[in-house]
Amino acid sequence: MKTRTVADVSSLPPYGFGTSASTWWGTLGFCAIEGTGFALAIGMYLYLAFNNPHWPLGFSRPVHWPGTVLTILLLLSLIPNVMVDRAARAHDLAKVRWLLVLLTGIGILAIALRFVEFYMLIPRWDSNAYGSIIWFLLGLHATHLITDVGDSVVLTALMFTKHGRAKRFADVSDNAFYWYFVVAAWLPIYYLVYWFPIL
Amino acid sequence: MIRRLPCLLVFAGALSGCRDWQSAANQAGAEAERIWSLTLTFTIVLGLIWLAVMIAVAFVIRRRRRAPVSLNDAMLADSGHRRNSWIVGSLLAATALTVAILTALSFVAQRPLFAGRAASAGIRLIGHQWWWEVRYDGATPSDMFTTANELHIPVGTPIRLSLESADVIHSFWVPSLAGKQDLIPGHNNSIELLAQKPGAYRGQCAEFCGLQHAHMGLLVVAEPSESFEKWQAAQRAAAAAPRESDRAKGAQVFVSKPCALCHTIRGTSAGGTVGPDLTHLGSRAYIGADVLPLNVGSLAAWIADPHGVKPGVNMPPVHLGADELSAVTAYLIGLK
Amino acid sequence: MPRAAAAMPRPANQRDTGLDDAELRERLAYTWGRRPGIIGWLTTVDHKEIGKRYLATAFVFLALGGLLAAIIRLQLARPEAHVVGPDLYNQIFTVHGANMMFLFAVPVMQAFSMYLVPLMVGTRNIAFGKVGAFSYWIYLAGGVFLWVSFVLDIGPDVGWFAYVPLSGPQYGIGKRADVWAQMITFTEVSSMAVAVETIVTVFKHRAPGMTLTQIPLFVWAMLVTAFMIIFAMPAVMVASTSLILDRLIGTHFFNQAEGGSAILFQHLFWFFGHPEVYIIFIPATGMVSAIIETFSRRPVFGHVAVIISLVGTGMLAFGLWVHHMFATGLPELGASFFTIMSMLIAIPSGLQIFCWLVTLLTGTPVIRTPLLFVFGFFFIFVLGGMTGVMVASIPIDLQVHDTYFVVAHFHYVLIGGAVFPLIGATYYWFPKITGRMMSERLGVWNFWLAFIGFNVAFFPMHILGILGMPRRVYTYQTDVGWDGLNLLSSAGAFILAASFALFFFNMLRSARVGPLAGPNPWGAGTLEWLAASPPPSHNFDHIPFVTHATPLWAERESLPIVTGISVNTREILITTLADARPEIREASPDSSIWPLIAAIATTIAFIASIFSPWAAVWGSALIGVTLVGWFWPKSMKEDEE
Repeated sequence: MKTRTVADVSSLPPYGFGTSASTWWGTLGFCAIEGTGFALAIGMYLYLAFNNPHWPLGFSRPVHWPGTVLTILLLLSLIPNVMVDRAARAHDLAKVRWLLVLLTGIGILAIALRFVEFYMLIPRWDSNAYGSIIWFLLGLHATHLITDVGDSVVLTALMFTKHGRAKRFADVSDNAFYWYFVVAAWLPIYYLVYWFPIL
Repeated sequence: MIRRLPCLLVFAGALSGCRDWQSAANQAGAEAERIWSLTLTFTIVLGLIWLAVMIAVAFVIRRRRRAPVSLNDAMLADSGHRRNSWIVGSLLAATALTVAILTALSFVAQRPLFAGRAASAGIRLIGHQWWWEVRYDGATPSDMFTTANELHIPVGTPIRLSLESADVIHSFWVPSLAGKQDLIPGHNNSIELLAQKPGAYRGQCAEFCGLQHAHMGLLVVAEPSESFEKWQAAQRAAAAAPRESDRAKGAQVFVSKPCALCHTIRGTSAGGTVGPDLTHLGSRAYIGADVLPLNVGSLAAWIADPHGVKPGVNMPPVHLGADELSAVTAYLIGLK
Repeated sequence: MPRAAAAMPRPANQRDTGLDDAELRERLAYTWGRRPGIIGWLTTVDHKEIGKRYLATAFVFLALGGLLAAIIRLQLARPEAHVVGPDLYNQIFTVHGANMMFLFAVPVMQAFSMYLVPLMVGTRNIAFGKVGAFSYWIYLAGGVFLWVSFVLDIGPDVGWFAYVPLSGPQYGIGKRADVWAQMITFTEVSSMAVAVETIVTVFKHRAPGMTLTQIPLFVWAMLVTAFMIIFAMPAVMVASTSLILDRLIGTHFFNQAEGGSAILFQHLFWFFGHPEVYIIFIPATGMVSAIIETFSRRPVFGHVAVIISLVGTGMLAFGLWVHHMFATGLPELGASFFTIMSMLIAIPSGLQIFCWLVTLLTGTPVIRTPLLFVFGFFFIFVLGGMTGVMVASIPIDLQVHDTYFVVAHFHYVLIGGAVFPLIGATYYWFPKITGRMMSERLGVWNFWLAFIGFNVAFFPMHILGILGMPRRVYTYQTDVGWDGLNLLSSAGAFILAASFALFFFNMLRSARVGPLAGPNPWGAGTLEWLAASPPPSHNFDHIPFVTHATPLWAERESLPIVTGISVNTREILITTLADARPEIREASPDSSIWPLIAAIATTIAFIASIFSPWAAVWGSALIGVTLVGWFWPKSMKEDEE
């Protein structure tokens, strides 16, 4: 078939940030899948809570301090997270490096706090349905914390090598985007596990 | 096929000669009748719609070309868009209207279904893998009795059954009388039966419940209230002590062998509750949750090798000598 | 557009501007081609190679599932038959259902999507090609896992929806129910990965100029399906994961005695399970649209109306799940809401059917095998839709629920609504995939055998259900009057089986000796017919510029294209979401062995974790290591692309 050229795209850049890049949309897609998973787990909690005459099934609510400290830590982490996103978009390698180190440190601390939370839980997962669902909620979120921190560790290492340039800045930005999701997913779980009313 | 043609005719609403005692098309209960007339209405309306679509397809086939015509811009221009939009729009409106009418009809038909849910139940039906325990309530403990796999109800009186499960989910379904309702562990469900014609109606578990789901039958006997009262009085009584010597020996065998660990025969020391209550086994029409018609041969076969009749059943084979077997069989079948 | 990125230095790149056709084709083929030999086969990330693998695998599972169906029909042909015993029968119908839903129907639609969507939107590969390769290996592993378990007599035996408590720790002894649950994990991970790829491909990789309403209807259907997968499949993952936890580490999600709920499992399962039906059906409607458009020689009437109906169906499909649970004793208000929702879905489905009929009636239809199967679809699917309206009514459903009436209904909907269009689609796109036409004469035989066989096999089941036959019974007694119709149904099933044998024979034979097709044998209007048949590894020599929903029909003289794309690196054009303005030139991944390695690690982790909870821990670490290998850049060049 005969062709006629109507446009030339050679001047377009080879990568982009945010909605212009495939990876951002891919990340959003996986956030949607995992977000649905969180929503369903929350739905399970509510179903079990309202399906039983009493809740939390003979236990008292867990001690909230480790969860509260974690929540504050996660909310504070949003500040360096916004900063690292901006630094990445400005291709400021030095700033990206130290912010990534900081964020990875925060992430590792958050995982440690999560283990304190597990340790402080009185019902075990096999005590009854209440124990099962709060372990499930905390566990589900823990897998996301660990995934993101794992990702951050690799990315931090990458930014300290010769690969720390060009498209990798877009990866840093996407990693920051995913962290927002991990923090946002935590807030309703924090409420359900520590502050949901006794029925 | 020829032999079964009557069954097909039943489907069309005609009378039948074959034994369709587990059929939604052969209604003997108020609820089954309501559902059947709703089903027929839906079938006719929806059948006509389907036919209309097929006529449209037939028109398409009539308009076929032997070879593709060459493309021109008029084809892409979508001429007649206005007229076609009107056609599709009105068909859509007609669909919405039909759906609304059918929904309304369905809502009217479901009213009685939900209306009596709060009423208290006189009979408890408990599903087990793979048989039905039937407990008749009474004002005093001596009025209560338990039987299995055969449910008697009076004709013309609404009877509410509470539905429970001892293990997995089962579903109670006697198509000639009503639609189905699940028996779920930890849930309180119930269903109302109103038989309008005396007769025996077969039901079967409708929710997959494991190995012998296929052989979890139930017989519902609807009878005039006098005979129902008589049946009830007979069931309340404890088992009569055997008079014949071989039956007495059978009773002896029954309580001394493992049989008594699982089965109850009221009036004897056999008090197990794992398996069906056998106090009046001889009065029932079938054995093994409707697997075989009850007679001396089938009962002996069942006792000798339950797994041969119903593979995987929870009743273990019990080793009995030939004379023991015939004595136990005689004893049990005499428990009228 | 980030200014900083635009200012970065770009590598000296050979572009497609000004190259002559032969040289252009040669360079692109070199850049996009796979490595030679077995390594090339294992490492390819080409959507066409992976799509073909997906297709072939799904058809193998179709044949295997069909064999199980044949055993079922042999067993049920006579009352009290002893072809198989209850234990094997329960495994057979469970594996038949699980296989057809999870290993055939969803993957085969995604296979077509994987192969066709990039071609139809005018790009060179699917987004995240390595994820596509990974998803195929995971799907294969899940399928092999299920079938090997079945052969070893640990096939699941709890039905394809595996209700608790039957599948729970107390009654589901052994590992059979775990096999079911973990097979779900495999196939859902794979489906969700492909769904994300499809969405990103459609959103960002479209040829420039292709606005949202110019996206072909098949692609729209796959887009809606991908969204449904994203929101539906997590539910079954949550259900199967909680079931495994109940069974393996003693949680109590579904244990009534400890505050759990058996009904909760049903809600979770059907929140996935009902959309699942539409996840299978909506792609088929896309196929029907494509076939009708081509063979009636005009664009589908109401292109936008059909898009609205697809989106509407996709959304309504999430509001129907409770109609599978009417017999569980729900409160009237709640149950009635789901009656209304179930009835409402007839409206968007009706809209699509009316648009198709108007298209056919106002076009100049030419009847070839693909269109024959679409007519079969009308006959069977519309009937299945009608019985669907019946089961939306609570009283009718309480009578026919869990009987052979429902078995008939969902086979009418799934075989009529999805498999007939799928076979039509195979006849339609086979020339694109293999370069050769399928035999039209065998095609007509194929159609009539399938059409007659299907109706003889499944229509009597409606009556059997009314006559009281419950589903999932391994046999029935002689005194219930079901033997004649069952025998008839079994006879029909073997005619249907013959039609599938003929279909496979036609494919295998035509792939070798069928007449050569050329790029556009049907004279169709969408972009996949612009590429050669079979398409080269780079799909298109030039990226087209789209001005119409059927570009090849609108641009009959010469095709508008864009230039400036690299020919010595894998580069694709990213465009804006709504109106497809060119935005960036992004790198598309090169061949890689890491998807296979990651899939092997994932398989080890999944299978081990039905035996030990610790496998979830060390297995995740194992997968993590392979992912580092996957993402770590292999060259400096990759950072820039």
